[in-house]
Amino acid sequence: MSGIGTGYDIYSSTYSPDGRLFQIEYANKAVENSGTAIGLRVKGGVVLAVEKLVQSKLVVPGSNKRILSADMHVGIVSAGLLSDGRYIAQSARDEAKSWRDNYRQPISGKSMADRLGLFVQAHTLYSSVRPLGAGTIIGTYLDGEATLYMIEPSGVYWGYHGCAVGKGKSVAKTEIEKLKLDEMSVQEAVREAARIIHTAHDEAKDKDFELEITWICEESKGKHTAVPKDIVEEAERLAKESIKSEMDDA
Amino acid sequence: MSLKPGEVNLGTSIMAVAFNGGVIVGADSRTTTGSYIANRVTDKLTKVHDLIYCCRSGSAADTQAVADIVQYYLQMYSVQQDEPPTVHVAATLFQEMCYQNKDQLSAGIIVAGWDKKKGGTVYNIPLGGALIQQPFAIGGSGSTYIYGYCDSQYKDNMTREECIEFVKNSLALAMSRDGSSGGVIRMAVITEKGVERLFVPGDKLPVHWQG
Amino acid sequence: MNHFPSQWGKPRQENVDEYNTVPLYNNMPQSHAAAGPMTRTQQPVVTGTSVIALKYKDGIMMAADNLASYGSLARFRDIERLHPVGEHTIIGASGDISDYQYIQHMLQNVMIDQHCEDDGHTLGTPHIYEYLFRVMYNRRSKFNPLWNALVVGGVHKGERFLGYVDLKGTTYQNSTIATGFGGHLAQPILRKAVEGREDTLTEEEAIKIIDDCMRVLFYRDARSINKLQRAKITAEGFEITEPYSVETEWSFAESIRGYGA
Repeated sequence: MSGIGTGYDIYSSTYSPDGRLFQIEYANKAVENSGTAIGLRVKGGVVLAVEKLVQSKLVVPGSNKRILSADMHVGIVSAGLLSDGRYIAQSARDEAKSWRDNYRQPISGKSMADRLGLFVQAHTLYSSVRPLGAGTIIGTYLDGEATLYMIEPSGVYWGYHGCAVGKGKSVAKTEIEKLKLDEMSVQEAVREAARIIHTAHDEAKDKDFELEITWICEESKGKHTAVPKDIVEEAERLAKESIKSEMDDA
Repeated sequence: MSLKPGEVNLGTSIMAVAFNGGVIVGADSRTTTGSYIANRVTDKLTKVHDLIYCCRSGSAADTQAVADIVQYYLQMYSVQQDEPPTVHVAATLFQEMCYQNKDQLSAGIIVAGWDKKKGGTVYNIPLGGALIQQPFAIGGSGSTYIYGYCDSQYKDNMTREECIEFVKNSLALAMSRDGSSGGVIRMAVITEKGVERLFVPGDKLPVHWQG
Repeated sequence: MNHFPSQWGKPRQENVDEYNTVPLYNNMPQSHAAAGPMTRTQQPVVTGTSVIALKYKDGIMMAADNLASYGSLARFRDIERLHPVGEHTIIGASGDISDYQYIQHMLQNVMIDQHCEDDGHTLGTPHIYEYLFRVMYNRRSKFNPLWNALVVGGVHKGERFLGYVDLKGTTYQNSTIATGFGGHLAQPILRKAVEGREDTLTEEEAIKIIDDCMRVLFYRDARSINKLQRAKITAEGFEITEPYSVETEWSFAESIRGYGA
């Protein structure tokens, strides 16, 4: 990176002569260094999963959650700086509450993504703040309808059937593209999510990781909750098996 | 919560009924200051969005102010969300205004309209600012005289025509017994397709027992 | 002389308007005395009548009718006054319905906050009760009460909980509770039937006691209707019945003649 951005990467409010914003690109780098996070939108709900890299054996298992709730029906997973992810989630909670206060009904995935998109984008405009170093996946499930959005550090967002961010995003995306998401149940999606995170994990380079999986579906009563332990364990067992058999085949 | 001295009152008989495919809102046209009729041809059916109307009762000034603000909110909503607001959203905005300012306002409002989610819907927001969904709602001073009539005549799943007759007869009865109601009957039929305004002139009202 | 017509012919008031901004409205000297004192204590408008509740062997049973009155007018007859919060708590509300709806909204916000915390803790009945007490007492201290009497019932960590909190911030817990008219008519019946037998009363017996009380209330409370719901909360969770009616007895009236002297 050195040399390329010289002089034009001091502020996110300064363009380079060829029209780039280096600070935002650096923020994207922060996202790419993080454990992979994915979201799957399937027939009866959404599944979010993340490869939470464990920095030290001293860290309490299950702490520093990377998948957060913004409302009963809104799940947020971020890749990148965990603290920025939390900051965005807090903003999401404020938006969800404000919506409920105004309209006495839960916020839609579309509106949530739109407002968070504006929030993230606002952090690219001023010299007093830095662009947020987090790619954010938002899953919602409301009245039988699931939505999935992903916001990038630039503030741009799209709706997805399935999406991935972080280190293993290209591996994960290739795997997700093979799935028939529209015909898949959430239970299947949980198994696939576990498999994809395990596949995307780079055993050689990275330390241990914890698999975090949450869902919002009928089975979770429309609430964004962690997938029950036994289901996750079974999914991980199957994931490891399938990866092993694939390696044996190769 | 009571009317201030000299304040213009929408004495009023108002009503809204949901039917298969839409709603009908209706109102009389009398506005009074004390016993003087300040306006005999008032339009108490106020549009707050393409397919959402409210019927206003209580203080004319208060309900106009509230309706204007809600109309503005709904315009903003439909532009920002890129879809029309539901009747529930409209009703919630009315409720919030009426509840938070209950000490200053005298406003009894019926909100009715059509939306994609629930079809024809009616919400009642009485004086204190509660929000209650109903298959049909009546309001205003005149309504107290026709509870029995409405309870006996209302049926689920009425047709558009049956509904119009129901509203017309109910309002005519209320107007004949309530000194603060009268004039003409205005109605609006709201369906997915749009709004059709209906009018019954003061000399063509349905006539019931006149003893 | 300046170019503000509203000031022509009046003495300049440098003591209250240092920078001569009048008539810019927000700098106008405010005469509080002229406006009169600020009054805030409202009055209930659309109201629900009694809620009754008792402890029995398996948990808590509660009942309220479906009426929201408008003065003496029985205006809305399909209002639900038993409201679940979480999995093991039910709030029964009497008093102003708009304030009750506001309380429901507030509690929902609290539950969502709790959900987002995701720390494995959930709010149990005593916590919700304490929260409601704080809210109710705070509002009465601002002379702007939430015009309700609330009954909070539930099961928390195997313990039955039944408490009362009202617009003044009054609280008490008891094995039988009744608000409003129920305090006069139902409470004596409840006490006689329940006190000392909280651990042995069966569900069937509890239902009978509740229905007996609701019948008396229907007979003698002019703001009640014979359409009610009953809730039970046990360690397994809560159940709220569909609206139903209690049996009533009128046939004895046929033979009554004259003033009865």
